[in-house]
Amino acid sequence: MKPPRFEYAAPRTLDQVLELLAQHGEGARVLAGGQSLIPLLNFRLAHPELVIDINRIAELGYLRADDGGLAIGALARQHAVERSAEVRARLPILAEAVRLIGHAPIRHRGTIGGNIAHADPASELPAVMLALEAELTLARRGGRRTIPAERFFTGPLATALAAGELLTDIRVPGLPPRTGGAFVEMARRAGDYAVVGVAALVTLDEGGHCQRARVALCGVAPTPVRALDAEGALTGKMPVGAALDEAAARAAVATQPASDLHGSAEFRRKLARHFTRLAIQTATARAGARPGGGGS
Amino acid sequence: MPATVSSHLRVNGVDHELAVEPRWLLVDVLRDQLGLTGTHVGCEHGVCGTCTVLVDGETARSCLMLAASADGAELLTVEGLSQGERLHPLQEAFRQAQGLQCGFCTPGMLMLAHELLGQNSSPSEAEIREAISANLCRCTGYQGIVEAVALAAAQAGGAR
Repeated sequence: MKPPRFEYAAPRTLDQVLELLAQHGEGARVLAGGQSLIPLLNFRLAHPELVIDINRIAELGYLRADDGGLAIGALARQHAVERSAEVRARLPILAEAVRLIGHAPIRHRGTIGGNIAHADPASELPAVMLALEAELTLARRGGRRTIPAERFFTGPLATALAAGELLTDIRVPGLPPRTGGAFVEMARRAGDYAVVGVAALVTLDEGGHCQRARVALCGVAPTPVRALDAEGALTGKMPVGAALDEAAARAAVATQPASDLHGSAEFRRKLARHFTRLAIQTATARAGARPGGGGS
Repeated sequence: MPATVSSHLRVNGVDHELAVEPRWLLVDVLRDQLGLTGTHVGCEHGVCGTCTVLVDGETARSCLMLAASADGAELLTVEGLSQGERLHPLQEAFRQAQGLQCGFCTPGMLMLAHELLGQNSSPSEAEIREAISANLCRCTGYQGIVEAVALAAAQAGGAR
């Protein structure tokens, strides 16, 4: 099908975008890379009065080192993040997860902010943002606020963005030394949304014990899920054997999966357990292998 | 008549100043306004990839772009590959290796292959498979397409 009729604006400045958003509120939709919004328009599942095209707002397309971490403009293309030497060096888990979004032609257009703001519960990036404890800046006419990613995702395709607000900046803190990360998923075909995906970050102490772990999952609940209980099962322990089993089991308990044609709730819980284990094992191996690491 | 906006598109090296309705998709403008029907339109939600064109040198789904949003872009479509009646070497390789049957997916596959070979003159079979995994083909089982891309690379001197 074809999109319904709408008014169209392609402002040149962020202030103009925020002014239009303030005037039109819920009647406006923001067009960034278009890889989620245009299908919704083509299916006529979205009927905006106004489409505000932000592709001309160059100031939102940045990607730069920020302390030990990264600052990412909402309009940074997924492909640019995937290719960035800065990202691969500082936050390789981010490049690993972005590579699993769709296919290259999708990632050429698709943006980091658009993927996060679309808030598909099966999407990879929202779970990675939880694990990385990213901070999201939401701008509106005359102000802005910064909230942790943990508070951003409120339901399937639903976020803390109020009418008139735009996600503008994503800040990802740097990782401590001896930290490894991994994103693993099961998808029906390469490039599909994850049936279940798991992001894990493991920080080892000098003796190879887990100082801190962070685990977040996608595809297993109405929002991405941070599995705090699973993390707790690893703290102070070697992340192997019984501690690893316990963490994987607790991650599965933290899920509230639905059954659909891609898999039953029971199947998704099994996948959550399996992929949590795999993600922690991979992250642990990488923590040990990183320069300055305590292991191999 | 609904309001239109202007969109300047450079397509296969030719400039076009167009008046488009905001809701018109890039693929439809290529086909219906410019008569470039080599780019096919399939699923209209970014899954099949037959509408793939190069936008400022990178592959993109033209069913997931508004023509208005493409204002100022430089586009390459399948019509831009051949020189008159002379097939592009990739098209010739698709013909030789039977990289097509019904031909519906072919323009999109050619654009993916064109981008791949531009970045990597001697791709491995796995790299070819990854590149074309973006698009669907319902006839060939993909094998002929993989062979066609490998053949084109080999003929250009990049055999592996």
